[in-house]
Parts: sequence; structure tokens; C-alpha cells
Amino acid sequence: MKLLTHNMLTSHVKGVMKGYPLLIKATEVKVNEVEFNPQFVSRMIPKLEWNALVQAAEELGHRQDLPGELVSDYEKDEEFLKKVHRALLEVEVIEGCLQCPESGREFPISRGIPNMLLNEDEV
Amino acid sequence: MASSCRRPEHSAPPDLFYNEAEAKKYSQNSRMIEIQTQMSERAVELLNLPEGQSCFLLDVGCGSGLSGDFLSEEGHLWVGVDISTAMLDVALDREVEGDLLLGDMGHGMPFRPGTFDGCISISALQWLCNADKKSHSPPKRLYTFFTTLYSSLSRGARAVFQLYPENSEQLELITTQAMRAGFSGGMVVDYPNSSKAKKFFLCLFAGVSGVLPRGLGSETSDKTVSNQVQYSGQRCRFKNMKGKSLKKGRDWIMEKKERRRRQGREVRADTKYTARQRRPHF
Repeated sequence: MKLLTHNMLTSHVKGVMKGYPLLIKATEVKVNEVEFNPQFVSRMIPKLEWNALVQAAEELGHRQDLPGELVSDYEKDEEFLKKVHRALLEVEVIEGCLQCPESGREFPISRGIPNMLLNEDEV
Repeated sequence: MASSCRRPEHSAPPDLFYNEAEAKKYSQNSRMIEIQTQMSERAVELLNLPEGQSCFLLDVGCGSGLSGDFLSEEGHLWVGVDISTAMLDVALDREVEGDLLLGDMGHGMPFRPGTFDGCISISALQWLCNADKKSHSPPKRLYTFFTTLYSSLSRGARAVFQLYPENSEQLELITTQAMRAGFSGGMVVDYPNSSKAKKFFLCLFAGVSGVLPRGLGSETSDKTVSNQVQYSGQRCRFKNMKGKSLKKGRDWIMEKKERRRRQGREVRADTKYTARQRRPHF
């Protein structure tokens, strides 16, 4: 699971109002090289929840020098876009679990695939 | 439409139906791969994404990632959701580029509002119309799916679903739930005159109302009202053909060629040699 997906994922357990951001408890993390597409990254930045991304990268130990605040004119700042690209698309959680901050429900991740299936009483 | 014994939804729920054996077909059977790729190609065309821009897309019922491969080829990034672990395993083995999630469409899409620039789904939606468990209610599950999908799409985005509807009631159920969730749009039918090449695409717009694209091979059928027999003097032709074979005339051949063209098949162009007899051989 890439951090971009994590940034968009919410918990959809019954009764949970916000369910965001999901906490990552990773046991295995991998870094995969992905082709850098500055246009895509700068288009995704307004959609991101920046604090959640920084926090997730921090938890996985791959924050490196990602700034805590969003840079104002990021479209032209290629260095910055590269850092965001690395955190968003290259860092992948392979094994571990995601935890809903409200209900505490855990969604296991195996082979990089989070299991978001709910039980009957959680729908 | 296929008879009930041939519909996979009737044999088992999707998580059981798509077992290892079935999933294997999707990575080895070249005919299946070709059809899936063709349908994804058409679905992406119907999505009408801005040209030359890589978008963030959702693939519902991504399975082994065949449709996703096409999306990656086009330069888009995607997230795939599927309920079958066997199919997702195949996708992992094929090293697809998108991110995968194990999830049930009927539970809703667990994404933040405005995440995706579009959504495609190939042959998955009809599974929602079946109640596989006692607690399942198809209208409710469809409604949950469509409302959560609506919110996870950005304004002006489209969602295109290729589906095999069982009957018209099922289609109506799906479209009503989609409209209740706030979508506008409707069905696009490709090659409506052919029983084999006919494909149904549910084309939904989030936020804005757009013009529904036209189905392929439907140009001639648009002029007529589908449920009425058209008056024509065609039968009279045959009155003065007593004794001659009906199937050898130029008219008959031209008509057959036209019919096949409407079905979307490959047909040779009409020339002056069409339906001409060959020279006599001794």
C-alpha cells in the first residue's frame, strides 16, 4: 500500500463519523522506484491531507526532510516535488495493519493489500 | 441475454466463485484477456479524461488487474478494489502498478471525499444485485456503494461501469439507486443489434450533467422507435421472384452485409463485384 492510498483511505465501520487518518502499524516497509511525474504530484498536492502524510511518513521512518508545512509555490520547486513523490508513491507498506482512530478496529495488511472487509455487524 | 445457469453470479458469491482456478484463467486465457482489455479501453474512452494528463482513478472489481494494466499504459495511476483474494494474488503475481485493496463494494468505498478523477468497473456491478447472505439487501448495498462512490469522486468526474444485466428489472434497480445517490447519466449500449458484441456501459456523472455519449454501432437504430415494428414494403420484393432462390440475389447479400455491419463485425466494402457471379469454368 502506497502512502497516497493511505492518505485517501478512511475507516467505514458503522457508527464512525470521521475515521481519519488511519494509524499505520507496519512490520515490513519497502521502497520501490517509481517514475517521477512532477505534473501528477503537483496536481495531487491540493487533494492531500498534508499533516496525515507527514505523520504517516514519520511513523514508517521515511520522512527524511519532508517539511511540516506545505511550501507555497510548490509547482516550480522540483526538489520539493521529488520529496513528496518519494513519500507518496515509492514508500510501500507490505505487512502490518491499519487502525481506525475512532473505533480501534484493525485492518490487516498482507502482501501490500489492506483488508477493508467488514463483518456483518459493522456495515 | 444468457440463461440463468450460465451466469456466474448464480453459482456462488464472488469471493468464492473467483477461486484460484477461475483466477488463473484471467492470467492465461488470451481470449478473456483480449475481451477485458477491449472493454477497459472503451470504458476509459467513455470516461472522457482530459488529454495528456495523468489522473488518479478507481477500479472497482479490478480482479487480476487487466483493466488496470490498460490504465497504467495510458499513464494514469489507479487504486483497485476487489473482494476475491485469489484474483488479487494473481494481480500481485503479475506485478500491476496500481495499489490494491481487499474490499466489498456493497460495504461502500472507504475513501475521502473528492479523491478520484474517475472510476471504471468491468463486469462487476451485476454481482451487487445478488443477495449472497441473509443480511444482504441488493437495493441497500447498491445505494451504499453509489453514495460512497459519489462522495469519493471529484466534481465533474465520471464513473463508467461495464456490466452484464440479467434483465430489465435489474437494470432499473441499478439506475434508480445511482440516481438516488445523486448521479446523473444513463446507459450506453454498444452494438445493440448484435447478441454477441452487445455491451452495456452505465455512464454516470458526478456533480455536473453531461451529454451521454452514443453507443458504437447504434447509428441506424436511433432513428426508429425500438419497441415498434416499422412499416415497410419490403416483402413485396419477393412476390416476383417465384422459383428463384431468395438467398442469391444482390439485394439479399447487400442486406446481409448491412446487418453484419450493424452487429459490429468485419465486413468487406461494397464494390461493383459484390454479389456478381463468377465466370463459367469448363
